[in-house]
Amino acid sequence: MTEELDAGLVAGRIAESDQMSEPSAEREMGRARRRKEDARLVTGRTMWTDNIQLPGMLYVAFLRSPMAHARITGVNVSAARSRPGVVAAYSGRDLAGEQGSLPCAWPVTEDIVIPDHPPMAVDEVRYPGEAVACVVATDRYRAADALEAIAVDYEPLDPVLDMTEALAEGAPKVHEAGNRAFTWKFAGGDIDAAFRDAPVVIDRTYVQQRLIPTAMEPRAVVATTDGDGFTLYSATQIPHVLRVMLAMTTGIPEHKLRVVAPDVGGGFGSKLQVTAEEVLALLLARRLGRPVKWTESRSEGNLTVHHGRDQLQRIAVAADRDGRIRGVRVELLADMGAYLMLVTPGVPLLGAFMYNGIYKMDAYDFTCTGVFTTKMPTDAYRGAGRPEATFAIERAVDELAHELGIDPVEVRRRNWITREEFPYTTIAGLTYDSGDYEAATEKALAMFGYDELRAEQADRRERRDPVQLGIGVSTYTEMCGLAPSRVLGSLSYGAGGWEHAAVRLLPTGKVEVVTGTSPHGQGHETAWSQIAADALGVPFEDVSVLHGDTSVAHRGMDTYGSRSLVVGGVAVLAACEKVKERARELAAHLMEASADDVEFDGGRFRVRGTDEGRTIQELALAAFAAHDLPGGFEPRLDAEATFDPDNFSFPHGTHLCAVEVDTETGRCAIRSYVAVDDVGSVVNPLIVEGQVHGGIAQGVGQALFEEAVHDADGNLVTTTMADYLIPSAADLPEFTTGRTETPATSNPLGVKGVGEAGTIASTPAVVNAITDALRPYGVRDVRMPCTPERIWRALAEAEAAVPGQAPATGPAPAAVPGFAPVPTHGSTPGAAPPPAPASEPIRGFVAPATSESAPEGGAR
Amino acid sequence: MIPAPFDYVRPASVEDACRVLADAEAAGDEVKVLAGGQSLLPLLRLRLAYPSALVDLGRLPELRGVADRGDHVYIGALTTHDEVMRSGVVREHVPLVALATATVADPAVRHRGTFGGSMAHADPAGDLPAVALALDCVFVVRSSDGEREIPAAEFFVDYLEPALGPGEVLLGVRVPKLGSGWGFHYEKFHRTAQAWATVGVAVAVRRGDGGAIEEARIGLTNMGPTPVRARVAEAALRGVAPSPAGSNGSDPLREACAQADAGTSPPADLHARPDYRRHLARVLTRRAVGAALG
Repeated sequence: MTEELDAGLVAGRIAESDQMSEPSAEREMGRARRRKEDARLVTGRTMWTDNIQLPGMLYVAFLRSPMAHARITGVNVSAARSRPGVVAAYSGRDLAGEQGSLPCAWPVTEDIVIPDHPPMAVDEVRYPGEAVACVVATDRYRAADALEAIAVDYEPLDPVLDMTEALAEGAPKVHEAGNRAFTWKFAGGDIDAAFRDAPVVIDRTYVQQRLIPTAMEPRAVVATTDGDGFTLYSATQIPHVLRVMLAMTTGIPEHKLRVVAPDVGGGFGSKLQVTAEEVLALLLARRLGRPVKWTESRSEGNLTVHHGRDQLQRIAVAADRDGRIRGVRVELLADMGAYLMLVTPGVPLLGAFMYNGIYKMDAYDFTCTGVFTTKMPTDAYRGAGRPEATFAIERAVDELAHELGIDPVEVRRRNWITREEFPYTTIAGLTYDSGDYEAATEKALAMFGYDELRAEQADRRERRDPVQLGIGVSTYTEMCGLAPSRVLGSLSYGAGGWEHAAVRLLPTGKVEVVTGTSPHGQGHETAWSQIAADALGVPFEDVSVLHGDTSVAHRGMDTYGSRSLVVGGVAVLAACEKVKERARELAAHLMEASADDVEFDGGRFRVRGTDEGRTIQELALAAFAAHDLPGGFEPRLDAEATFDPDNFSFPHGTHLCAVEVDTETGRCAIRSYVAVDDVGSVVNPLIVEGQVHGGIAQGVGQALFEEAVHDADGNLVTTTMADYLIPSAADLPEFTTGRTETPATSNPLGVKGVGEAGTIASTPAVVNAITDALRPYGVRDVRMPCTPERIWRALAEAEAAVPGQAPATGPAPAAVPGFAPVPTHGSTPGAAPPPAPASEPIRGFVAPATSESAPEGGAR
Repeated sequence: MIPAPFDYVRPASVEDACRVLADAEAAGDEVKVLAGGQSLLPLLRLRLAYPSALVDLGRLPELRGVADRGDHVYIGALTTHDEVMRSGVVREHVPLVALATATVADPAVRHRGTFGGSMAHADPAGDLPAVALALDCVFVVRSSDGEREIPAAEFFVDYLEPALGPGEVLLGVRVPKLGSGWGFHYEKFHRTAQAWATVGVAVAVRRGDGGAIEEARIGLTNMGPTPVRARVAEAALRGVAPSPAGSNGSDPLREACAQADAGTSPPADLHARPDYRRHLARVLTRRAVGAALG
């Protein structure tokens, strides 16, 4: 195991607990198998969508709006049609009769506004980059060149960029129905009682900046038809969902549409979508009778891959003087962008049950308003709603700790659900089945060297070292393993959350596992092989995993929300169990024994107490030959299973981050990072390690680097990777990882899911660390991404507010409670006046906090 | 990310290249010289540049290589960054060039991008123009009319605008050896490892026998439309004896470097507004001078 890691697949330290779960020689579960799919993926010698070449294929290029908001008064494509190699060119109006509207599958309230969303704009463009015309040509170069011959007349309209302004009376409208898409409320307990006379109220506003998911593989689509049926190849996470939605929206009957997700190079939620380009490619193939291909450029992707996050969060925490949390009130404004796409309105709701975090409290109140702006729609991005929730509560709990002068770890300890209290039903109504926050935190503190770092921090403060040390804590949980169908139904989602698997025993004893999950880099082929190998007693190498093609894997709900192992992996196990029962019946028949007397061990069925047995491979051949089968036994061992979980799964963990902040330049460097995650039982520790590393990197990206920026006219400024910065390995520290293993009780594998954990946990750990470093200077928050310039300005503004403030010796001085740009709320009585306005004021909420306790929606 | 159509010419010799350039420019065509392509190709792909033709110098071996020429090191225009930073001659005699080159972009870019290409692109955010300015390099250019030399102080005319005339090709750069007693440092401040410098400071500094600074040369990256010399700070540093802060709390080194941004007009972009760049220039100059002094 160590050798494999040392060989360099994963940088960083081996998860400490790998030793803990050292598997027996025969067991695949828990083995750090190298991923069997990686050789073809990393060499690119595989079927990426853009690698697909079909006879007579045509190439599509889209002309995209250079304006955020404008009326289209004319589109002339005739000159483009006469360009060399051009087969066709269309405007939105040309396609208006058949293009339909892109679907939103999550109408979160009865009165939600779901505007018509034409795949190609017809009368009005509402975000920069929206497609207004297309060219189809014999190669992609000619298609791109011909775009320049298309003339579009725009009549500019006012952009709508700021959520608070968008909701104000008389604001320019994105859609006729107004800029409010919905307001969704949820509450538990008596929130007024919790806040009434609360000795401490922490009231903060945080900006979850807009992010651009940056999968390594750009989106690509190939659509083809044989005149009757259609095949759509797409770099998608959701071939099954896509097929259903396209059948509903394009009029192509479902049985005439095959959708294939070939190997897909990352998604992070951005390929959990029904895209305009997918619909248009199908329509073009139908019109032209020839295969068409479209592959986005990176800049096109920055504009038109759905964006992530973009919420304005107001969180208020009421607490007692000993740090006990009485209640949490949350108000969100969530930027929908210009349209509601597949699960756009549902993303903030996935966080709605998580703002209470791992903590016990008496009351909770949540309100979210979805707001239309003239920006690219937002939708799922790694963690989808839960990183935002975790950030807000973990930042606020740190502020509470500081306000009370209690160590931030201690404040958490006083509030978290203790290990004896599981299963625990939270104030948000979820039942956390298992967890051990004490164990994960103790382990993390020990690995981090918490006390030593605190001592160094005190020393640097005393020395007034220009490079200050900050320590950030994040204790997170998340609801994942999406999802119990019953719960999705209660949240008005358009589908269920089950997953399907089929297991085929081939005549030679080899195994094909067919899964409804749709891997795009996660390593399902390896992990599912490990599960099947253990369950069936066959060698790991004898298992193949088929996925992503609706004509092969005909039932599925695909991959997102850390659901694949927790739902789909369990379905694989269930199908294997059914195969085993069939094999047992056949073995009993062949050995003339009762099935109850046949035991299974290591791939062999044996009559108890005898040496007589049959291997599963022998039974596979016997079933194939069908010479001697029990009465009524169909000649196969194959089986299928569909698993629908009863509950979400709840991974948790403690992440600790130490940063060094150069107070002269504002640069923040992560000095050390410890992640102890409890993802339940582990199928493959190497894959878990990779997911944790990548997840942390993406969360650090939000904390320090990434932000989609629009200018005053609404143009996206960050259209290239020189402007939209994502961290590379060179910008990240070594991650020290560890695990505790508290098996989930909600599924037979005991697994919890790991895809989103690192991203959810890491962002608040980093920002808490930065704030911790800067508190002695009077800095109370730095808006994300915490760029050097923002940190420098925060320091300069704090200095201007309280001249002469310098690193204090001993305990950090009390920061100014309340948040300056939100003047109407939440200062502790007697607080000092707030500092001068930040250079980038957060436009806060205009109305005071509401406190309706009656839920108008909610899970249960 | 597909460039507009253009013609492609690969001359067989420098003479050829000069002739092609002169003819094209006489005909009013906009032609661009292609060296390593690491800056030009992205501009083409984003359709920010629409040249009618590219003249590819990539196969002209005479433009490639490093030579020790006594009082200076000659670096051929087509020498890649990787070759420059690994050159023993460069590292020994003009170490500032090696230090700065090692910070350019990433290994893939450094294996294709060229020394002369970076200079002729005249991007003030590039790391090498500021170095050339600090070291008073001399640019050797050629046209059909013959060769001429352009001092670094005159080479960077404006944003992305070098002092190359019609039909002129950059052959190479003479980097003066400064001799013994000099210390060097390139301080680059950037947000990610591959990002351009938010601000960069190239420093060469020499102490006299008494330990005081006799001469300082400071070139600034990304502090204006062209790379700039921090002349005011250079003058202020002369005679400064770098020592721990004086008993009265004064720090003459810091005070001198606090003038590093004098006379600059730094740009505003996503990564920094001008006042922050000015601040960085001051802080980074002090650090760079300190590091160069060893």
